[in-house]
Amino acid sequence: MSMVNKDKPLNFTFDGKAYQGFDGDTLASALLRNKVKVVGRSFKYHRPRGIMAAGTEEPNALVEIHGAGVCEPNRRATTIKLFEGLTAKSQNRTPSLAFDIYAFTDFLSPFLSAGFYYKTFMWPKAFWEKIYEPAIRRAAGLGKLIEQPDPDNYDKGFLHCDVLVIGGGPAGLLAALNAGRSGKRVILANDDFILGGRLLSDPIEIDNLTALQWVEKSVAELRSMDNVRILERTSVYGAFDHGIFGALETKTDQIGAPGARMVLWKIFAQHSILAAGATERPIAFANNDRPGIMLASAIRTYQNRFDVKCSDKTALLFNNNNALSTISDVQIDTRMGLHVTDTKGRKGLRSIQLSDGREIQTDCLAMSGGWNPNVHLTCHQRSRPVWNEAKACFVPNTDTLPDGMQVIGAANGEFTMPVVFDSVRRASEALGVNTDDHPNTQAAPYEVSAFWHVKGKKRAWVDFQNDVTAKDITLAHQEGFSSVEHVKRYTTLGMATDQGRTSNVTGLAILAEATQQSIAETGTTMFRPPYTPVPIGAFAGPHKEQHFKPTRLTPSHKYAAEIGATFVETGYWKRAQWLVRGDEKGWRDSVDREVITTRGSVGICDVSTLGKIDIQGRDAGAFLNKVYVNSFKLLKPGKCRYGLMLREDGIAKDDGTSARFSETHYVMTTTTANAVSVYRHLEFARQCLFPDMDVHLISTTEQWAQYSVAGPNARKLLEKIIDPEHDISNEAFPYMACGKVTVCGGTRARLFRLSFSGELAYEIAVPTRYGDALIRKLMEAGDEFNACIYGTEALGVMRIEKGHAAGNELNGTTTASHLGLGGFVSKKKDCIGKVLSQREGLVTEDSVRLVGFVAVNPTDKITNGAHFINDGAERTAVNDQGHMSSVAWSPELGHYIGLGFLKGGQNRKGEELWAVDFVRDNHIKVRVVSPHFVDPDGERLRV
Amino acid sequence: MIINHPLLGPRDASEFVYLGDAKLMNRPNPKSETALQDFHDYMYLRDNPAGEHKELWFHEQGDRSWLIVTRNTISHEITHVELARPSA
Repeated sequence: MSMVNKDKPLNFTFDGKAYQGFDGDTLASALLRNKVKVVGRSFKYHRPRGIMAAGTEEPNALVEIHGAGVCEPNRRATTIKLFEGLTAKSQNRTPSLAFDIYAFTDFLSPFLSAGFYYKTFMWPKAFWEKIYEPAIRRAAGLGKLIEQPDPDNYDKGFLHCDVLVIGGGPAGLLAALNAGRSGKRVILANDDFILGGRLLSDPIEIDNLTALQWVEKSVAELRSMDNVRILERTSVYGAFDHGIFGALETKTDQIGAPGARMVLWKIFAQHSILAAGATERPIAFANNDRPGIMLASAIRTYQNRFDVKCSDKTALLFNNNNALSTISDVQIDTRMGLHVTDTKGRKGLRSIQLSDGREIQTDCLAMSGGWNPNVHLTCHQRSRPVWNEAKACFVPNTDTLPDGMQVIGAANGEFTMPVVFDSVRRASEALGVNTDDHPNTQAAPYEVSAFWHVKGKKRAWVDFQNDVTAKDITLAHQEGFSSVEHVKRYTTLGMATDQGRTSNVTGLAILAEATQQSIAETGTTMFRPPYTPVPIGAFAGPHKEQHFKPTRLTPSHKYAAEIGATFVETGYWKRAQWLVRGDEKGWRDSVDREVITTRGSVGICDVSTLGKIDIQGRDAGAFLNKVYVNSFKLLKPGKCRYGLMLREDGIAKDDGTSARFSETHYVMTTTTANAVSVYRHLEFARQCLFPDMDVHLISTTEQWAQYSVAGPNARKLLEKIIDPEHDISNEAFPYMACGKVTVCGGTRARLFRLSFSGELAYEIAVPTRYGDALIRKLMEAGDEFNACIYGTEALGVMRIEKGHAAGNELNGTTTASHLGLGGFVSKKKDCIGKVLSQREGLVTEDSVRLVGFVAVNPTDKITNGAHFINDGAERTAVNDQGHMSSVAWSPELGHYIGLGFLKGGQNRKGEELWAVDFVRDNHIKVRVVSPHFVDPDGERLRV
Repeated sequence: MIINHPLLGPRDASEFVYLGDAKLMNRPNPKSETALQDFHDYMYLRDNPAGEHKELWFHEQGDRSWLIVTRNTISHEITHVELARPSA
């Protein structure tokens, strides 16, 4: 009884030809059912290759799946569940599987040994990148990458359980049953699309039931338990710290199907039971890669699970008694001194040559070199498996398993059913769960005698996927590579999608022989996640395109969009950059008009993105004294002050203003970019450095909509909005005042008389939900003044005109003194960063200083990023005098202005030198001036 | 990784931001005569032990407390977690 439903045929195509399979088939079983022998060309030699395995270990049958106008390369035909309309194509052949022009590489094989490209394509050197490498890449390799967006959706999820059982074969099923019956929360993850594992391929009686009956009964019981969740088609690809596992669930193989195609699970498990089974090994002998030479276990899988007979005459090459259940006509037992010396048949096996001289006509050779436990997940936290001589395989090192993990069944090197079930009992008992219902079964003990390869002159494949032969490994050893990790990288043994599932152990056994070491001494390469390939799209999940990161919209966003704003991304925020009015042609038209309107009448800018931190407590002032260079403790309630903050290494961290509302209450603002890191820094200072202070912090950035209202008419405009009982005249509410007011008939608001633009200006804040209403009210009230909204560009122009430092200047390398703010640093008190800011190298006379620049020829356009070079000096890095950090066209002055860091700049006013910009090839003679270009005495601020 | 928060129980490490050696809590006395050297050592000289290490983690996507986490840098085993400020 097979696991395919012959009443449900499914149509599919391979390389354009139509075929039919059945529900329950994999693409591989369906191809074999249709007698398709050659399914791919090999990596390097372009040898015709057929299906070798039946599971995730398949090295040859890598295909493309097509759909929704794109294709997915390198999919193993053995893991694709057949679906109606499946379109698959072979890879690495030009133009077709039957005729591949690169097949000549097979005849060049004497020149294509391990590392051939390191040796052959040495000269001339310049040819490597332009000629050799592209040509090799065309000729060799696996599937082609599609360079189009992935049309599919992927999802992510989190799961928690007491016991995660990895593998749905007999061991995994019983382990899940035991834990489930005891009420544990169980997750059973099975990478196949049906449960049962090897029982579907090697049916034996369990409890007087057939294997399939036992599987069906067990699965039915598991499904009936609410505390058990079965994840089908789910590969656990990584075992991470503290019982966290990564798993990939495949919902469908179809490209472009509705819903999520795959789900990436993060599973938090108290305990895990690894029941991942084992993988059969091939044997290396001459020309062992012909289509028709398969793993014995795969032939049984196709026969029993899929009802596909691979051949009418099968020969069996084996070194263990497990292989004997394969139906075969000729037995070649290496334990009896027999082996295969060569094979014939270019596009499919025709005959095999035996060591006793016989030549046997056959199109199918089953090979079994013994079994390798799938130990990978036991090694993801640096455990190394240990060699078991009797079983001729590596088994998990039970002393160094990941926390909470136990290994059972074939994954632990138990290859006989009664012993498998005993290992489940042990693991279940260790978890304290019920093992009363223990299945009875019988089987002969596993007997194996290591046999790795047949020596000879011809090529004997070890790694089919990467075309690595036994000779390549011995050659690597001759050339001095004796570490298994080096041999892997030199020969490419065990790389790519199968990660050496079928080849690693054989490869290192051959290396051990060459180095005359034992296999235990030779050791294995490191196993790292992922165990199976995980598409990048699955890691990205839904976080792509506009959802790649969050988008934060300002309270005035809707209004700004309505009136023609262009938005710029600043961190997660979208801020209005400029707003087009009338027939303005380019951004400069809008920005110039916004600056002129603001300086001439009144402009409004959304500054809600600035970080806002509410600071309260008896020691709030003392706390601010510690985090700012200047003093805040003596600031009077109802006043604001500019503050500069350093990192402990003395470099400027951030700047902003803090307002004091009462003895115990301050509100700090930070720059937009640093809002998160300043808050983190403040909490560090509060909790870790000054834990005795009575102070509490909370971020209120998103709680307040805050608008800057700037320009000579700012007060007149605000007087129309702010309720009349609040006097905001210059006398009652002078420069740097702050206070609580109400607007529009009773809505609570905060008012700050702060100016970044250099004009008479206020910032008014209302609870965020009133932000949209307030911006509309402000613009309505501003109509008589021809008020405008200004964006971040105009904001930038005005701050450069005023010589205020911003992100370009607070760039993580500058100190208070570099910024010309050395005088701000209080001599009377300690603050974070003060001591180290006094380091010799940071305070020398010739260290850089922020100054202003104008072009000597007023029509010249200066550029930021330019470096300063003294007049007459050679334009080289040695003569570098600093760099231009910010540049703007000043509508007020009618020419370009710049801010920049110049060595000893404080003493160089009036000097002329060159701003050299090799990137834009723009070298301009500039004059050093004060950075305060507009209203240097700040008279406009105080009217 | 999972960090067992003293107030909130086991939390995924992705909720936290890592800072580094918990010795950063021992800010030197700025009034000392050797302050410059002390701050230099405090800022730049760190032990890099293979084994137990006390380090600072910030529960940024949580209750915003700074934690002192004792973690084995070889095995990632976390043996102790405490609040940096006992009454955070």
